[in-house]
Amino acid sequence: MIGMLRHLGGARAAFIIGFAMLAAACAKNPMDGAGQQLGSAPPGSPQEFIVSVGDRVFFESDQSDLSAQAQATLDKQAQWLNHYRQYTFTIEGHADERGTREYNIALGARRAQSVRDYLVARGVDANRMRTISYGKERPVAVCNDISCWSQNRRAVTVLNATNS
Amino acid sequence: MSHIVRPGRSGLLIGRRSLIAGAGALTGLSLLSRPAEAVLKLDVTGGTVQPLPIAITDFVGGGSPQDVEAGKGVTQIITADLRRSGLFAPIDPAAFVEKITNPDTSPRFQDWRVINAQALVTGRMTRQPDGRVKAEFRLWDVFAGQQLIGQQYFTQPENWRRVAHIIADAIYERLTGEKGYFDTRIVFVDESGPKEKRVKRLAIMDQDGANVTYLTRGDDLVLTPRFSPTSQEITYMSYGQGEPRVYLLNIENGQREVVGNFPNMSFSPRFAPDGQRVILSLQQGGDSNIFVMDLRSKATTRLTDTAAIDTAPCYSPDGSQICFESDRGGSSQIYVMNPDGSNPHRISFGEGRYSTPVWSPRGDVIAFTRQAQGRFAIGLMNPDGSGERILTEGYHNEGPTFAPNGRVIMFFRDPGGESGPQLYTVDITGYNEQRVPTPSYASDPAWSPLRS
Repeated sequence: MIGMLRHLGGARAAFIIGFAMLAAACAKNPMDGAGQQLGSAPPGSPQEFIVSVGDRVFFESDQSDLSAQAQATLDKQAQWLNHYRQYTFTIEGHADERGTREYNIALGARRAQSVRDYLVARGVDANRMRTISYGKERPVAVCNDISCWSQNRRAVTVLNATNS
Repeated sequence: MSHIVRPGRSGLLIGRRSLIAGAGALTGLSLLSRPAEAVLKLDVTGGTVQPLPIAITDFVGGGSPQDVEAGKGVTQIITADLRRSGLFAPIDPAAFVEKITNPDTSPRFQDWRVINAQALVTGRMTRQPDGRVKAEFRLWDVFAGQQLIGQQYFTQPENWRRVAHIIADAIYERLTGEKGYFDTRIVFVDESGPKEKRVKRLAIMDQDGANVTYLTRGDDLVLTPRFSPTSQEITYMSYGQGEPRVYLLNIENGQREVVGNFPNMSFSPRFAPDGQRVILSLQQGGDSNIFVMDLRSKATTRLTDTAAIDTAPCYSPDGSQICFESDRGGSSQIYVMNPDGSNPHRISFGEGRYSTPVWSPRGDVIAFTRQAQGRFAIGLMNPDGSGERILTEGYHNEGPTFAPNGRVIMFFRDPGGESGPQLYTVDITGYNEQRVPTPSYASDPAWSPLRS
C-alpha cells in the first residue's frame, strides 16, 4: 500500500534545508533582512545574497504585481546574480493561507513568474532559473492576522548549490 | 432463494442471501404483509427532518462468546452510522422491554410500540465451520407488525465492520428510499508537525474514521487526492521529484505513475465520470489552464486558453458539462463549460470569491467554497447559478466533497494559527454538522463511491 517516493539528491537536499533554516531565522521580521550588514557573509556567498541583497519580495493580497520596493530588491538580486554567474537558482512563489488550495498553487506560480520575468528583463539568463509554487503550503509566519499573511505572500529566490 | 455474491474489489467476498422469501419459520411472517403504500417510510425531501426513532438490538451471538462480542460490535456500528446521518434517532437500549434471543421469530411488537420505536433491527452473528462469519439481520416496521427486510451476509471475520456498514446502508435505503453511503471510504491528507514545516501524508479510512491506512510516508508534499469513480485508484498532486506533478496511485498494490509529462506544474486533478480520463490544470508561465488527458492513449486536450488562473475542474456526473473556477473576470468565480471547452459561462454572482466547485453525484447542485469579508463558507448553488445557499461559514472552511448519494458533504475546517485543519460533515440542508474523527490534523477529503 505504500507508494515509495524518491528523494532529492542528498547533498542538494541538505543544502536547501540549511538554507531554509537561515530564512526561517529571520522570518519573524524578514523585511529587516535586506538592509542588515553581517560582516561574516563572504562576498559571493549565499549568505550574502540573503542578508545583504535580500532573497525575497512581498505581494499584496491576491496580487502578483511588483511594488517599487520589490523592484528595488529584484534590481539588487539581478545585479548580484549577473556578477556571480556560477549560481543557478529557483524562484519559489508562495501565497498566504487566505485562499483555497488549488487557486493558491496557481497564484504562487503567477508570483514566481512575475519575479522571473523581471530578472530576465534585467539581463539574468533565463536558463539559470526555474520556478516552483508552494501555494499556501510553506508559510514562514504563523498567526491569524495580516501581520503574518503579508509575510507569507512572497517569492523567494533560492540559490542552488554550486560545485565550485 | 437468491444468493448474491458481492464481488469485493479488494478481494473481499461478502455473500448476501435474502431472508425475505425464506422458507420454514419465516413463512408465517409473510402473512403480516400489507399494501406497500402503508409501509413505514421516512420523508427526507423536506428542509428539516424529524429523526426516525429506531431500536437497534444487539445482534445475538450464534454460539461462542466471540460471536456475542462481534454481535455487539456490529450493533454499535449500525447505530453510530444511522445516528450520524441525522435522519435516525436510535433509542437507548436501556429502554428496551423485550430482550431478543431468537431473531428468527417475530418480536413482540407491542413491547416496541410502548417505547415509540417506529422501526426495529434484530440480527445474529454466527461463526461458520469454514471460518467465515454469517451476519443476519431483519428490519421490522413496528406499528405495522411487519418485516421490511431480512438478509444474511457471509464474510471473513476481519470484514465485520464492512458488513455492519452494508447492513446500515440497507436499513437507510429501505427507510429513506435513497441509497446509503456508509460502506464508503475517505481519502484525505494527514497533517502533522509545525505549520511552516507541515508533513503531509496521503491516508485512507472508512467514512466513520475507522481503519486509517497511510498511502505515503510524508517525504513529499502531497495535495488534493481524488477517487476514481470506477477503480481502486486515486489521483493526487505531489512535489515528489522536484517538479510538482499529478500522479495516479493504485490503493491496492501501491503502483504509482505520473499523469503526463508536462514542462511545468500540473495540479488540481480529478477523474472524469468514465474513470478513463483525468482533468487537471497545467501552469503555463503565469497562467493556469485546464486540460483533459486520456489515461490510455495519453492524448492531452486543451479545454481553456486564457491569460488567467483556470483551475479546480469537475465534471457533471453524466459528463456533459464541466464546472471550474477562473479569475479571468478579475476575481475567482465559478464557470461551467461544455466538455470540449466551448461555451464557458460564469454562474457565481454573489458577494465574494468562489472556488473549488464540485458537482453533486445527483447532478442537481454544485458545492463550492466562498470567500467573503474574511470568512470562508461552504455552500451550494444550482448548475445555472440560481438557488445559492450557505451550509456553514467561519474563519476557514474549504474543499467540499459529496457522499455518493449526494446527501452529505464533507469538507475541512482550519481554525488558523499554529493549529490545523479537521474534517467535518454537514447535511445538504445545512443541518447536522459533525466532526469526522482522524488521528491527526486532516485536510483535502474526497469521498469514495459505494464499495459494493
